Amino acid sequence: MRILVIEDDLEAAAYVVKGLRESGHIIDHAADGEEGLTLALSSSFDVLIVDRMLPKRDGLSVVETLREEGVRTPVLFLSALGEVDDRIKGLKAGGDDYLTKPYAFAELLARIEVLVRRANPDQVRTRLQVGNLEVDLLARKVVREGQEIDLQPREFRLLEYLMKHAGQVVTRTMLLENVWEYHFDPQTNVIDVHISRLRAKIDKNFDQPLLHTVRGAGYSLRAAD
Amino acid sequence: MPLIKLLQTSTFRLAVIYLALFAASAITLLAYVYWNTAGFLARQTDEAVEAEIAGLAEQYRQGGLPLLVHTVIQRSRDPGQSLYLVLDPAGRVLAGTLDGRPQVEPGADGWFDFTYNRKTLDGTEVKAARARAFYLQEGFYLLVGRDVQERREIENLITNALIWAIGLTIALGLVGGLVMSRNMLARVDDINRSSRDIMEGDLSQRLPIAGTGDELDQLGRNLNAMLDQIEALMIGMRQVTDNIAHDLRSPLNRLRNRIEVTLMQEATPEDYKQALEKTIAEADNLLGTFNALLMIARAEAGSLREAMTWVDLSATLHDAAELYEPVAEEKNLAISIDVPEGLMIWGNRELLSQAVANLLDNAIKHGLPQEGDTERTIAVSADIDPARPGRGVVLSVADRGPGIPEDQRHRVLERFVRLEASRNTPGSGLGLSLVAAVARLHGGTIELDDNRPGLRVSLFLPVSGR
Repeated sequence: MRILVIEDDLEAAAYVVKGLRESGHIIDHAADGEEGLTLALSSSFDVLIVDRMLPKRDGLSVVETLREEGVRTPVLFLSALGEVDDRIKGLKAGGDDYLTKPYAFAELLARIEVLVRRANPDQVRTRLQVGNLEVDLLARKVVREGQEIDLQPREFRLLEYLMKHAGQVVTRTMLLENVWEYHFDPQTNVIDVHISRLRAKIDKNFDQPLLHTVRGAGYSLRAAD
Repeated sequence: MPLIKLLQTSTFRLAVIYLALFAASAITLLAYVYWNTAGFLARQTDEAVEAEIAGLAEQYRQGGLPLLVHTVIQRSRDPGQSLYLVLDPAGRVLAGTLDGRPQVEPGADGWFDFTYNRKTLDGTEVKAARARAFYLQEGFYLLVGRDVQERREIENLITNALIWAIGLTIALGLVGGLVMSRNMLARVDDINRSSRDIMEGDLSQRLPIAGTGDELDQLGRNLNAMLDQIEALMIGMRQVTDNIAHDLRSPLNRLRNRIEVTLMQEATPEDYKQALEKTIAEADNLLGTFNALLMIARAEAGSLREAMTWVDLSATLHDAAELYEPVAEEKNLAISIDVPEGLMIWGNRELLSQAVANLLDNAIKHGLPQEGDTERTIAVSADIDPARPGRGVVLSVADRGPGIPEDQRHRVLERFVRLEASRNTPGSGLGLSLVAAVARLHGGTIELDDNRPGLRVSLFLPVSGR
């Protein structure tokens, strides 16, 4: 994937660029808003990672200008401003996701994957399938190997989110934001317990586990290779 | 005090304006008095002269010049204040009280003022007079007038009195204005001096209060109340900084030590990996603490008040309980929820959720019931506050654990305070501080009670903010 990182803190940028290169992406870096805007307008990227506060032109304005010019590339904002209203401002300006500094690299990587997938959406699907696990979103039915699995409403939403991002790493924060719509960090690892409950229902009585824990990052729902 | 500064004060300017108004009204009043006294006297003189002239004209019409001269001679014997003079065409005195024709030209209305010598017991005196003169046929000259010496003196008396009165009014007003401004200025200067001291960092200083209860005192008292609040905030801030220094330094030190020790030893890549993972976990903990502190600070600064909407408390409680339910179940605890459908308050959903989440987290971590207690329920409830129906709600989370001794209850609301009993459970000591800050942000209060057994934390929140 080709990714543009617009970040003025060179050390932070070097860290992001190195990490993303090691994950197999092609990275361009711009150190200020003007340079970033020029690069983003002149060539095509799969994802833009934009810091909120940049010299010459701030991140919000870069993204607003890009959107006015018709550039639809998904944008992930990075910011030290983590309040809910800052987040809303970022999304209003045309950002697709918002990550507060400091963040775990796994979190950044997981969100980039999700953003790219979101940019190329399949047509709206009402049935999802991973391995032999099937979910009917309309009938709200979950079936694996012909056995119907009974889920609580929240467990269903959790599974739905994991299914929609099957094969990708989904972090705990992403689950908390998208399944529970909370933007705070619960002190206990409540998400893990929800996941193990879900796992008990969809994986326990079957040979091949589908719901995997990714160490240091989060979870991933995928069929065995 | 420099005069220029004094003249620039608003008090003095006000005094001058009042003075001008007062002087104008005084002058009007005195002019009226003058017109009614001196003016009256002048008119009376003129009327008396006119009456005499009318009388003499009548004599002249009936008996001609001889009768006129005769009458004048008669009247001149006992003239009183009246003056007469009749001259023949050659200028010789035929009759009258004057020695000769006064060397003054009459004005346009025929009147003229002059002086004459009046014989008294001890010689002559120069007196003021006012008269009218006529030329009769054949060139005879008639003057009828009146001595106005006394009247002039009265007039002068009145005029002088009036001038003095006006002068005195203005002088007293000016002096009064200056004195008033100076007193005012002295007090304002006191206030300014104290303010400067305070600005230079002496926050314990207070503005002087004169004790008169006037506007300046009120101003001073309000400013002092403001200073009290600022000082309290500063002290609070200092405590927080001290806390942060203490409670963030220790984990940072731990983190640093671990890295240092790992680097000192001969280690396998596996050892390094483990050490780094522990370091990340510790850094994450630190960040969590840091975020919690920031959140408390934001809630206390009140800047999150803008992000408020109507929040459905029943949905908020159900969602938060649902999030924690599996964790509770792992410890064999149940969460019961008792909240009327559609109970709304004006607030910040995110913060209220976090407050409830923190309370549940605490209840699960620290509120485990005694062995053998069959009632293993965390009771979450919200309802209309019976003490303030329609205006307040009370939201509470109650566990059946060991509770908190009464003398410790207020302490656990402070930042970083962790009781001895919970030293070994994970946590930052900020959970209840945030709950308390959220309650305050919503204009409410927090109370910790004995749930017999256990701890009950209640938030008393107003329905619509303040």
